[in-house]
Amino acid sequence: MKLKKKISVIDQHDKLGFWGGKFGGNFVPETLKKPISDLEILFNKLKKDRKFLSERDKYFKNWVGAPTRFIKLNNLTEYVGGAEIWSKVVSDANGGAHKIYNATVHCLLAKKSGKKIICGDTGAGYAGKMLSMAAKKFGLKCKIFMGAKDIERQQPNVKAIKSNGAEIVPVYSGSQTLVDAVSECMRFWVANCDTTAMCVGSTVGPNIFVKICGWSTSQISRELKIQILEQFGKIPKRLKLYNCVGGGSSSFGFWNEFMDYDKKQVEFIGVEAGGPSKSKKHAAPLTYGSKIGILHGAAQYVNQNSEGQIEETKSISAGLDYPGVSPLHCFLKDTKRARYTAASDEDALKAFKIVSKYESIRPSLEPSHAFSVAISEAKKLSKNTIVIVNSCGDAYKDRKILKKKLGVKL
Amino acid sequence: MINAISKAFNFAKKESRPALLTYTVAGDNTKKNSLKILKAISKYADICEVGFPHNTPIADGGQIQTSSFRAIKNGTKIKDVFKIVKDFKLSKFSKPVILMGYFNMVLQYGQNKFLNDCKKNKIDGLIIVDLPWPENKKFANECKKKSISFVQLISPTTSKHRLNSIIKESHNMIYYISMLSTTGGKLKVSPKKIILNYKKIKRIDPKKKCVIGFGITEKSISKLKTADGLVVGSAICKEITSSLNNGQNPVTKVSNMVKKLKNKIL
Repeated sequence: MKLKKKISVIDQHDKLGFWGGKFGGNFVPETLKKPISDLEILFNKLKKDRKFLSERDKYFKNWVGAPTRFIKLNNLTEYVGGAEIWSKVVSDANGGAHKIYNATVHCLLAKKSGKKIICGDTGAGYAGKMLSMAAKKFGLKCKIFMGAKDIERQQPNVKAIKSNGAEIVPVYSGSQTLVDAVSECMRFWVANCDTTAMCVGSTVGPNIFVKICGWSTSQISRELKIQILEQFGKIPKRLKLYNCVGGGSSSFGFWNEFMDYDKKQVEFIGVEAGGPSKSKKHAAPLTYGSKIGILHGAAQYVNQNSEGQIEETKSISAGLDYPGVSPLHCFLKDTKRARYTAASDEDALKAFKIVSKYESIRPSLEPSHAFSVAISEAKKLSKNTIVIVNSCGDAYKDRKILKKKLGVKL
Repeated sequence: MINAISKAFNFAKKESRPALLTYTVAGDNTKKNSLKILKAISKYADICEVGFPHNTPIADGGQIQTSSFRAIKNGTKIKDVFKIVKDFKLSKFSKPVILMGYFNMVLQYGQNKFLNDCKKNKIDGLIIVDLPWPENKKFANECKKKSISFVQLISPTTSKHRLNSIIKESHNMIYYISMLSTTGGKLKVSPKKIILNYKKIKRIDPKKKCVIGFGITEKSISKLKTADGLVVGSAICKEITSSLNNGQNPVTKVSNMVKKLKNKIL
């Protein structure tokens, strides 16, 4: 399995939609074949269309708020005492997380296709919040599927979704988290694909959804590359990009523009959710060597039992609480372009405490996983190494958990 | 390809009625009861579809999800599914069996091992919900080599071009999904319209048997009588659930229901 250079990773799949011959694809009911193929045709046309690209850029700039800040974390660097630690503050984006890029693009596509309703899944609530914002902006009706457990633990985002006029459909099946929300959303689409567009909230799902999401979040690394060149005059000799990985949308977008650099120069480190340190349950299929299976229409490494039943996950962070992972990350793992590891719930909480103590940013529990590993590795790295962490979400949504676990008031 | 499935269709045709296909989940509500249900309904059904339960089904509605959940909860594994079918096949009124489920289960079991065990346990056909054409070409071929019918699905959204290719490559039976829905949705298309679409399929290849499924209940079944076969699934799963809720015997309740369904298409 090999990564090609000069071809966007999202386009490096075969005719049936598989990356590396085995990740991704379209394991979908017959009913979805047509709407998926319609979306493929539309997206493949529009992504080459200058007018569409400038429309996207206009919304990214004026509405999402591009570029998000790229800042040095001076105090944290001093505290850690190793590599220089920087952050791309993607939580600056309108709505407070990277999910806005994918949501905006999906709504633009829905408008072009003449659909009047858009449905989407959400875990942490950010994908849902952003989709409801974008739907409102573009005059689309919006329906958000969310696990009952996540509704309970991510109330601020639930409120935001409702205030944008979207309908929230609570999902009570299975573990009542993201995996069940995605299933229910796909089922809804099966029954309503003639009138409704679907937005999958991460780089998961059937091939085209992986591509659209990865293409959208790549805005992060497009901005970052320019900011790095402005800051350092060149791409530093030792650059390490840390990002949390649940479905994998922010990390893929954070890395995409740097794909062709040698990994000795630009290393990608993906941090999965290890779950509570005392529990065997986790949401880290790449780190813990889960087998390839099919989840939500795509082949990927996924937590499952020997029979092929998808296993329940456990993580303090709703956004990472997913048993599978993007086919793109499976591909990056097997081609050894990216390195994956996990941080526990406790690690993430500790990292949140440190970062918010020393800096003025407050990463949500998802990027706190990435900060945890970045901090512990940066200690051992030389001073001329540049470590960048994608702070892809704001912690306000986690205030209930943070209050309970750390006594912190947000 | 002629196997027990074709024979079942021919038998129904001789009686000038559509074949009645039932869908139940193996292991619902218990392993024992699901076998009893199969034995009881086979007096009236022509072909039995047996679901192997998956916990992340992307095309099933609430009723079948509930049945699958019950089956998984009581420990139903693929080997139990094979055992149930094997025992059913040994019974007096046994009928052709089509296993139905999601591809990940087959993948984890091992595709070859799965097909060998199907053959060994006299399974006649397979429906893999999330393995559409052309992704299913290779697997469908392997089925054919073992004289197992791989049943292709067709939906109202299937394009004309796909329709021709799918029918051409299908084996002896095709499954037409009546409407845009997960299983068990309320019938939102008129039976007339469904039959019209069905006829389009039949015109392309009249020899291939085509069944209609999704949303068929006691109410609607008689209006679709002109089809080669009709599948009732969610309505049966719902009957199991309600009989459990009311403290009734699911075996008798389901058996009575299938009897009624049969009477409506005679």
